[in-house]
Amino acid sequence: MSGFWVLVRRDLQLAVREGGAIGTALGFYLIVVALMPLGLGPDLNLLSRIAAGVLWIALLLAALLSLPRIFEADYEDGALEVMATADLPLELVAAAKSLAHWISTGIPLALMAPALGILLNLDIGSAPALIGTMVAGTPAISFLGAIGAALTLKARRGGLLLALLVLPLYVPTLIFGITAINAVALGSDGFWQSFAMLVALSMGATVLGPVAAAAAVRLQLQ
Amino acid sequence: MTNQSITQKLANPTRFMGLSGQLLPWLAGASAAIIGYAMYLAFFVAPPDYQQGHTVKIMFIHVPSAWLAMMAYVLIAISSFGLLVFRHPLADVSAKAAAPIGAAFTLLALITGSLWGKPMWGTYWVWDARLTSVLLLFFLYLGLMALRSSIEDEALAAKLTAVLALVGVVLLPIIKFSVDWWNTLHQPSTGLTTTVHASIRIPLLVSALGFSLLFFTLHLKAMRNEILRRRVKALRMAEVDRAQGSHASAAAAE
Repeated sequence: MSGFWVLVRRDLQLAVREGGAIGTALGFYLIVVALMPLGLGPDLNLLSRIAAGVLWIALLLAALLSLPRIFEADYEDGALEVMATADLPLELVAAAKSLAHWISTGIPLALMAPALGILLNLDIGSAPALIGTMVAGTPAISFLGAIGAALTLKARRGGLLLALLVLPLYVPTLIFGITAINAVALGSDGFWQSFAMLVALSMGATVLGPVAAAAAVRLQLQ
Repeated sequence: MTNQSITQKLANPTRFMGLSGQLLPWLAGASAAIIGYAMYLAFFVAPPDYQQGHTVKIMFIHVPSAWLAMMAYVLIAISSFGLLVFRHPLADVSAKAAAPIGAAFTLLALITGSLWGKPMWGTYWVWDARLTSVLLLFFLYLGLMALRSSIEDEALAAKLTAVLALVGVVLLPIIKFSVDWWNTLHQPSTGLTTTVHASIRIPLLVSALGFSLLFFTLHLKAMRNEILRRRVKALRMAEVDRAQGSHASAAAAE
């Protein structure tokens, strides 16, 4: 199991030292959210009603941009083949890389969300719920996204294709994430129900994602 | 040979071509006759609905299309499983052939649904849970076809598409469930599923049977085309090899 954590730490160090990887996703998140009022008008009542949806959709897009990073560089320089021949099963390699993606992308995006919520007139009291639901929901984005990243390693126009493959799979996370935040921000009940569903989706994704991603990687290394 | 199962026997493409060639005209004829009969029942026998009037006729195409949209995905999933686990040589041919047909039926279900929605709901599109989940199914079909077409190596593309199809099968019920849950929060059910009277149900079942036969006809034909396409490709590759070989030996002789 120690190899697993070594791999997680290596990917995190790469994400930090490469520079720009985390910052670009955060900058993209900020810009997409800032564009929304420009497109929809500055009506604060409208903005606070759609804030949860805007924050989640922008988060999905920002995370989507960084998904190719999970496998691409290691595939191109051959490191992935070395990992495939090591003792650690490829499923755990995929899980470690997805986990590193979640820590380096999902958590920073989730922590930034309340600040962006202020731009959209989201009730400040719902900030803990916002961070909580996003931290609980983003593992599904990283682990399911790893499947798409693995499938498109050898594809032409991989980035666009990745969006087409992965976004439909994010629908359940999106739905439960938005209803959980709205339950708090707009004062309806059912927060814990949605929150529990988010956690269940993320846990399911941590099982399904590495298995499918490892299968896809293995097929392409042959 | 006698202890082989049917799927094992069909693994030989030549035997499959022979059998499907014999079966195809009968299947095509039967689907044409039954769809024709179903349309006769739908337009001349089934009464107009007391609320929906003649727009209810759209249902006789809409409902079978929606049913086939789902069945085609199940077929793709079974074929993908057959490819990845049993390495059945025709499984990929089946999965590849079924995807565009399934996507076409999904689109047909969406279009007929929206045409029906206009007189019923006053708008072509509502974010009803059913409509939304069929739309997402359509996206999954697009993803399958896009992934296959963007990978050059055909054998690899087949296996990766199969992985995606199986992931889709795991997630489809969850997506369906979440969309149902989402919609019930926003608006009450539109009441699409009411009990259906026999005068409409029987033409509907006949229509569903006819469309299913049509699906199998198209699927079989598409599989045959795919096998022929692969044979042509193999022949061309062999020809290129031979030309290069003779060229090389001529160069060596000089």
